[in-house]
Amino acid sequence: MKGTGPHTTRLTAAAALTLALAATGCGGGAADRDENTVRIAYQKFGTFIAMDSLMRKVKEEFEADNPGVTVELQAIEAPAEDYQTQVNLMNGSASQAPDLIYQDSFTINQDADAGYLMPLDEYFDAWEDADEFSVQEAQAVTSLDGQRYGVMLGTDVRGLWYNTELLEQAGVGTPWEPATWDEVLDAARAVQAEFGDEVTPLNVYSGTPAGEAASLQGFQMLLSGTGDALFDDDSQKWITGGRGFTDSLGFVRTVFDEGLGLDVQDALDTNVGTVNNEERFPSGELAISLDGSWVTQSWIPGANRPWDGWEEVMEFTPMPTRDGQGAGATSMSGGWALSMGGQATNPELAWEVMTYALSRENAIKFAIEGGQIPVRADVAEDPAFLNEAPMAEEFAALVDITGFRPAYSEYPRVSIAVQEAMEAVMLGEATPEEAADLYAQEVEGIVGPDNVTGGS
Amino acid sequence: MTRAPGNPGTPGRAPQAPARTRGSRRARAGAARWVVPMAPALFLLLAFFAGPILWTVWASFTNEALTGAQAADTEFVGLDNFEQLAGDRRFRTAAVLTALFLLGSILGQTVLGLALALLLRHRHGAVRGAVGTVVVGAWVVPEVVAGFVWYAFLEREGTLNALLGSVGVGAQNWLFTAPLLAVVLANVWKGTAFSMMTYGAGLSEVPGDLEEAARVDGASGLQVLWYVVLPLLRRTIATTLLLITLQTVQVFTLIYVMTAGGPGSRSTTLPLLMYREALSLGDLGYGTAIALALLVIAGLFSVVYVRMLSKEEQA
Repeated sequence: MKGTGPHTTRLTAAAALTLALAATGCGGGAADRDENTVRIAYQKFGTFIAMDSLMRKVKEEFEADNPGVTVELQAIEAPAEDYQTQVNLMNGSASQAPDLIYQDSFTINQDADAGYLMPLDEYFDAWEDADEFSVQEAQAVTSLDGQRYGVMLGTDVRGLWYNTELLEQAGVGTPWEPATWDEVLDAARAVQAEFGDEVTPLNVYSGTPAGEAASLQGFQMLLSGTGDALFDDDSQKWITGGRGFTDSLGFVRTVFDEGLGLDVQDALDTNVGTVNNEERFPSGELAISLDGSWVTQSWIPGANRPWDGWEEVMEFTPMPTRDGQGAGATSMSGGWALSMGGQATNPELAWEVMTYALSRENAIKFAIEGGQIPVRADVAEDPAFLNEAPMAEEFAALVDITGFRPAYSEYPRVSIAVQEAMEAVMLGEATPEEAADLYAQEVEGIVGPDNVTGGS
Repeated sequence: MTRAPGNPGTPGRAPQAPARTRGSRRARAGAARWVVPMAPALFLLLAFFAGPILWTVWASFTNEALTGAQAADTEFVGLDNFEQLAGDRRFRTAAVLTALFLLGSILGQTVLGLALALLLRHRHGAVRGAVGTVVVGAWVVPEVVAGFVWYAFLEREGTLNALLGSVGVGAQNWLFTAPLLAVVLANVWKGTAFSMMTYGAGLSEVPGDLEEAARVDGASGLQVLWYVVLPLLRRTIATTLLLITLQTVQVFTLIYVMTAGGPGSRSTTLPLLMYREALSLGDLGYGTAIALALLVIAGLFSVVYVRMLSKEEQA
């Protein structure tokens, strides 16, 4: 044994060294990333398969046109919130960071602040298609520092989807055009009286499991109809304690207290949106739903579960303001963009892939399959889009009155506070007033007491 | 356990004496002989275990975030996170829920595990094998799978409601109406096997003649259990309780799969709160502060148990 001693020692030392080197190799920087590979991170979840379909097409065609280039697709199957967490974690590590990111426009400020995104002004201004993009598009993807951090794929509006057959049976005349919140609730009550437990009269997204859908499709669709807002543009402060806030929570309470909405446990299911649009609407179990313009993506041919003949049954009407004030109706808009990672290995190549994905032809495909409102003027006018896209006219009418989220860096956390206030009300844990107070405390904690102002 | 702890690489050699008399060279060679073979393991341990723990401690004193300006420009904030923790009603609720989850799980696992171990004691090998397989099966199942199994059992259209429905009891979603009870049950189901095995091993060390003697003196079965068997098992019980406690405070997957902490925050224990703050809200600094608080709580329990053990030793 004596003779082998030092030998073994040296061998072991060599093994340990190799191991250490291997381990450092794993955590290595972007230096060892392949220059000819473009990594794209995007979401694929529930009824939303349009992005996956677009990206597969881009990969196939771009790779065929550019031998030697690899487009690496990373489809992340998760709800939007978890998707964003995952992308943030990837962005935190140079070797994992995506080159292109499919990104909800409201997270752009936050991620630009973190240094996760690459400013695109230089590329965008030199792009021949740049003129086709609208002013609203530019606003949504420009951060507070004035730089453009993405290019939007499409936008959307929100309103009331309803099942004409169910409403007619319940004695509500169609086309249904409610002028106030009370008229919406009355129609829901009529459905409840006619069908009892068999049909859910009115879906309003609410609570943390529904995520941003609760905050935007649910709460802010109500709040924007009261004349109040989450953020005061003049003073640049977050508003707490407004009457509109409490009224909106009051609407949520009415829906769940009177049993007009889904069972609370169904509403508090992460998959509530998918189930609503793939199952409850097609099977006639849901009468009215406050949802986005894109829900047609779950019914058209090519969807997970196409619904033949939905056009004859489903109609869309704008969401009224509280007492019919203002324009009488309201809407909120969001939209997703493609952005470039701050650590993109080869920005020129990534930009090429990006513009390929955003081309006229691909934008038409995405607008139709994803139920989007185009942001490119040439796409909005294209006959291929106008003929194929469902409800294009109804949606276009809302574009003038639609509102946008205060997509500042703090917004995503404020939005979660909104969802929690809704959840407390729907579970009966707090009255609208109490939940509004808790929200006020929470927001103060998030943005600091100096950035909060009292409401009306 | 009575052997004096020696250097693992030098069995059979008294390490102290020669090192002093023959100079440091031999000592260094001796040290090299166990340090070098251990180096890979030590490296892995430091890199993947001690490293993250140290990072957690550091991060809890900063405003580290997943995204936003603080991710690019992380600052040292001193005790801010812990001050916030002290005034956070969510943290208090989660701490209470964690305590309830812990107590329920420990009570259930100990009683069930001990009962099973006692019942299986003098049974036929086939019986022990069959019961052991069933119980240990639950323990072997990954947490995610266990979570889904219980979800399927307790949800509105689940097995439990089907059974209850057949005797005329109305269906309800147990995960919604009794979320904490549901996760405690699932955790007990999963953890009982561990208790059963350690108690089984402990029981096999209890000398049969002591029990026999007690029986001859006229003690009933319960009296034998209470006055003879349990006192002899006390060390095993304390060790098992310690291990169960440490396993239970950190349960995340099971609860996340079954209820995700909901409805509201009615089953949000500290690990779930930590996840919410660190990953959903992206506030890594505050999330790691909660993690440290959890570590302190677990540490306090450990101290209590270890003192129980050392007292025993002195007696």
